[in-house]
Amino acid sequence: MSGPPAASAASPPALELRHVAKRFGGVLANDDVSFAAVAGSIHALVGENGAGKTTAMRIAFGLLAPDRGEVAVDGVPRRFAGSREAVRLGIGMVHQHFALVEAMTVTENVVLGAEPGSPWAIDLAAASGRVAALGRELGLPVDPAARVARLSVAERQRAELLKALYREARVLILDEPTAVLAPPEAAALFTVLRRMRDRGRTVVLITHRLSEVLAVADEVTVMRDGRVVAAREVQGLDAAELARLIVGREPPPRAARTRARPGAPVLAVRGLTVAAAAAGARTGGRPRRHGVSFDGRAGEILGVAGVEGNGQTELVEALAGLAGPFGRPTVAGVSGTVSFAPPGLAANGAAPGLVDLAAAGVRRRRQLGIAHVPEDRRRRGLLLALDLAENSILGVHDRPPAAVGPLHGWLDRAAIRRRAAAILARFAVRPAAVGLRAGELSGGNQQKLVVGRELSLPPRLLLLAQPTRGVDLGGSALIHRQILALRDAGCAVLLVSSELEELMALADRLLVLHRGRVAGELDPARATAAAVGLLMTGETAAAGAPG
Amino acid sequence: MSAAAGGGPRGRARVRARLAPALARLAPWAARLAPARAPLLALLAAFAAGALLIAAVGDDPVAVYGLLLGSALSWPDGIGYTLFYATPLLFTGLAVAVAFRTGLFNVGAEGQLYAGAFAAAWVGIAGAGLPSWLLAPLAGAAAIAAGGAWGALPGVLKARFGAHEVITTIMLNFIAVAIAGYLTAHRYRQPGDPILETRPIGAGAHLARLGSLLPGLPARIPLNLAFPAALAACALVYVLLWRTRWGYELRVTGANPDAAAYGGIAVGRQLVLGMAISGALAGMVGINEVLGYRYRYYDGFSGGYGFTGIAVALLGRNHPAGVALAALLLGALARGGLFVGIFSEHVSRDLVLVLQGLAILFVAARRAGSAATGDRRSRGQRLPRSANP
Repeated sequence: MSGPPAASAASPPALELRHVAKRFGGVLANDDVSFAAVAGSIHALVGENGAGKTTAMRIAFGLLAPDRGEVAVDGVPRRFAGSREAVRLGIGMVHQHFALVEAMTVTENVVLGAEPGSPWAIDLAAASGRVAALGRELGLPVDPAARVARLSVAERQRAELLKALYREARVLILDEPTAVLAPPEAAALFTVLRRMRDRGRTVVLITHRLSEVLAVADEVTVMRDGRVVAAREVQGLDAAELARLIVGREPPPRAARTRARPGAPVLAVRGLTVAAAAAGARTGGRPRRHGVSFDGRAGEILGVAGVEGNGQTELVEALAGLAGPFGRPTVAGVSGTVSFAPPGLAANGAAPGLVDLAAAGVRRRRQLGIAHVPEDRRRRGLLLALDLAENSILGVHDRPPAAVGPLHGWLDRAAIRRRAAAILARFAVRPAAVGLRAGELSGGNQQKLVVGRELSLPPRLLLLAQPTRGVDLGGSALIHRQILALRDAGCAVLLVSSELEELMALADRLLVLHRGRVAGELDPARATAAAVGLLMTGETAAAGAPG
Repeated sequence: MSAAAGGGPRGRARVRARLAPALARLAPWAARLAPARAPLLALLAAFAAGALLIAAVGDDPVAVYGLLLGSALSWPDGIGYTLFYATPLLFTGLAVAVAFRTGLFNVGAEGQLYAGAFAAAWVGIAGAGLPSWLLAPLAGAAAIAAGGAWGALPGVLKARFGAHEVITTIMLNFIAVAIAGYLTAHRYRQPGDPILETRPIGAGAHLARLGSLLPGLPARIPLNLAFPAALAACALVYVLLWRTRWGYELRVTGANPDAAAYGGIAVGRQLVLGMAISGALAGMVGINEVLGYRYRYYDGFSGGYGFTGIAVALLGRNHPAGVALAALLLGALARGGLFVGIFSEHVSRDLVLVLQGLAILFVAARRAGSAATGDRRSRGQRLPRSANP
């Protein structure tokens, strides 16, 4: 059952790891890992966060040197001194965090380091033609002359793909490529991957999503705790069995969905618009929200669906009080009103008594009980160079139990560490060492830390943007259970997610955004995924769109 | 063979088990000292490279280094002067470190210390009749306030207009020196004095020399109360940055301003505050120079304490304890360098500057190296280890 599949006698595997081991400090990240991707196939590498998938592929791409074992390309053992040699042998890798120069065009990025023409004159016209041709050949629509800064996440990913293909990669490693994509974009990516396979290229897809493995992969290698626990063909494999292999036991139960008992509205949004300047250069200067109005109720999860870049980010940041540069109260650029029921008022009283939040900055909003899980945890949510205890108090560092004494000026380090340890334990952050720096955690554990911190505020209104991004099955189920528990305790939840499955499973009501407008509101219990997908692409004729 | 080596694998495991608690107790300490490793290595490398240089010009490295350290560490003159030379570097090193922790590169400590020194002299002159218990603290407070204000200015410019602090602090250096020089020349110079310096400050503003307080230390050594004040400033900066919420807000802003804003921290205010504290620390150089040593403002007295402070902060890894060690080291080099210049055959006192420069270069090179490889651990593990037995 374990061990690599018998390599076909005809041709050696395009990419192979043989008994690779790699240790980081005290952690054995890869322990005797053997992996073989058959030429001309799509090979999924799956496992929970921290299973060692990315480490294995970084070794295969020459970014890390293995402590033991070797890498073989087309059956020939190779020793890489860096990724340049891997690229020369036809291996390409698209990382989870893109490596693009924002100020440059797609073509300039693609040819960076492999510029055509003579050493003193880059032939950009020829390069541009080749980039366009590559894009056409594989169905990767991207404008070669567009500046990267103006591209959406999906378009950036295409630029990264083109970068690898331009270097004539025959083996393409993609690290969690769908983590940042909406369902239609992911489907489009899979079409491209299949096309590449059909033309003889080999694709290694690192993922933790079962549905992707079953939908697109020919073969799958499952890793757990740094070891390969299974390697087999995908055909004949079902989701339950795969999940068992990944988790090593029966998969955790999905969060049991209970009926919401919505209370009084605690949040009223009326005509919210974020202007270009406040939304930042990222959006290319276009206003991204156009008069959005809705209510959020206590004890209810309001889901927000939409293809990434249709105003969800701006909505959440505006509600958190964050749209201005340097985090000033969002006076300029944001119009419309946001009102909130401050604590102390009766949740079910006849007069809810909403107060306008226009003058309230982030700190005030946090004091009122508005918690926020940002979509980009590394940029917004974490202090990578500081330790987990210090990360655990961000946003509550100005009040007890973190701060004590006159003016709440003293940090009570013992209390902070105790509280941090409790959060790490409750949200299964590993390793649960409060003295570790946040940058030393894996992506999934970083996310659990941020979610844990925000859910421990404790919030009256919880703003969630991609709360389970990059989190494995067990962690996602845990986060979902905690969110539902909070809802049942009377918290209002706004859930923005690019994972339709997550929205359908959790949301009590579902708003669909398109181009900064509410394209429709649906009841997730009755709506189909197809109907939501249609609204997301802007088809307003879909059923169930109220005024 | 293995039996001789310690009772076979089982015996070795037992020994390891017995050692484990002791090792576990030592581990936190080892982890605490780990940040000191890189600067120490850089220092050793700098001295090694310096030895080659000394040998190349035809001197004996052992003798020169012996002279350097011997003259810096002799009692009482060596140590007294080493500590005296270290005092301004303690202040400027702390100043630069606090700014770095807030995410700012303060190249303006030089201008801030001139502002502080001039303000101290001005109060010392204007309040000449006041009693000591009032005048000395007032003059000291003036140094702190003036340095802080001169530091806060680039902070405000950055917070309000996004002006880069490296540019503005460099420019403000020139302005501070020019204003102080002008006022000295045209307002506060002793008539007929050929030197560009102010009238002396009132006796009430003089700080006591440590020689008058410590037995065995001659009073001719200008080491004064500013030195213990500098050590106290180190402790205060540590407490501020790591034990109070205001320090936490400064460090969070320095670590990630986007996350600081997300956490409800007013980032612009932190930039101003960080620069003001940094400038105040730099301004305290005036306490040592004016109130403790020259008893007047002397044009161009610093000659680069503010810039050497950048080196001190880098070597000290922006931590008060590290800054203290680095300042003492550079103070010792400054003292020893004098003697090397006088008593060695071919080496001039510039050797000290070369050693300083090399140490900074090696610290910086190590950082650039780790940034380039993107993986701090990959350097040591680049070579695949052969299979272990």
